[in-house]
Amino acid sequence: MIWLDALVCLLMIVVAVTATAVKNLVSAVIMVGVVSLLVSYLFLRMGAPDVAMTEAAIGAALTTVIFLIALRRTGEDR
Amino acid sequence: MTRKVVTLIALVAVAGLFLVLLRLGTPNELGTVSRHYVERGIAENRAANLVTSVVVNYRGLDTLGEVTVLFLSVTGAAFVLRRRERKPVDARASRASEIVQTGARLLVAPIMLFGVYIFVHGHLTPGGGFQGGAVVASGVLLLLLADRERELPHGLMAWLESLSGFAFIVAGLAGLWVAGSFLANRGVLPLGEWNRLLSAGIIPVIYTLIGLKVGSELAALLDVMMRGEAVAAGHGAARSGGGRRGGRTRGGKNRKKGGRR
Repeated sequence: MIWLDALVCLLMIVVAVTATAVKNLVSAVIMVGVVSLLVSYLFLRMGAPDVAMTEAAIGAALTTVIFLIALRRTGEDR
Repeated sequence: MTRKVVTLIALVAVAGLFLVLLRLGTPNELGTVSRHYVERGIAENRAANLVTSVVVNYRGLDTLGEVTVLFLSVTGAAFVLRRRERKPVDARASRASEIVQTGARLLVAPIMLFGVYIFVHGHLTPGGGFQGGAVVASGVLLLLLADRERELPHGLMAWLESLSGFAFIVAGLAGLWVAGSFLANRGVLPLGEWNRLLSAGIIPVIYTLIGLKVGSELAALLDVMMRGEAVAAGHGAARSGGGRRGGRTRGGKNRKKGGRR
């Protein structure tokens, strides 16, 4: 299991760095959501299911959606 | 060049700080306060979920503050993005795909039920008012995505939101009256038994109120973000209405083109 955790950590770093580098803003927002989802797995592994639920529901789902709506409304989604 | 060097130095500094913090390590023993929570929390609150008894009871005032912060932010968003008057738009723009519509028809009710389950069982299982409210709001989001012209029951949502906030304060004041401290978990309701839904004193009541409040607030936020009309100073009003909608569809086409480029 520790290898899975390490893999998740590594994946988080890769996705987060890619999110800063990628040109397409929609992709960047999705990647930030993926980081939230992965960190919620880590919270669950560390024995904090409450925090994991909050992170998955608000960080991964609602924040991503609100960012996407804001991008669509401002029309600067490139 | 200079900027890259500065960025590199900052990154190295942050990494060093991280290493220092890593060396400090995590404490293996509980502090005085946390030991009190762990040893006495269940006896004092009868909430099987200790996190809940900390969030709602020991730190109930902080939770009230969080709810207030959320309320203020949603109010601010609703103030900036005023709701558009209902007007017919072309069906093509507002129609979601068949998959989304069917999926929404199947999934909205279970999602909302699950959200309600999370906040009603907050004192027994992981989760609570905020998480349950967020799940309920994501159900509303699916509803809005499937049918962009669906009118949410705004009157009901506003009433739910205000009443639950008001009842939260009333519950706190009742604790102040009966037990001598704001949001006290004593005297208002009997402290129930373990693993019973109707237990843990006032905690399930407050978590239900928080769940309703957060759910309606986040749903209202999503609604106002998706179809509110920006009230910018000056020229904003003139560009409202059909022009805005047209601009949005144009933006969508541009986005596709930009993606291919």
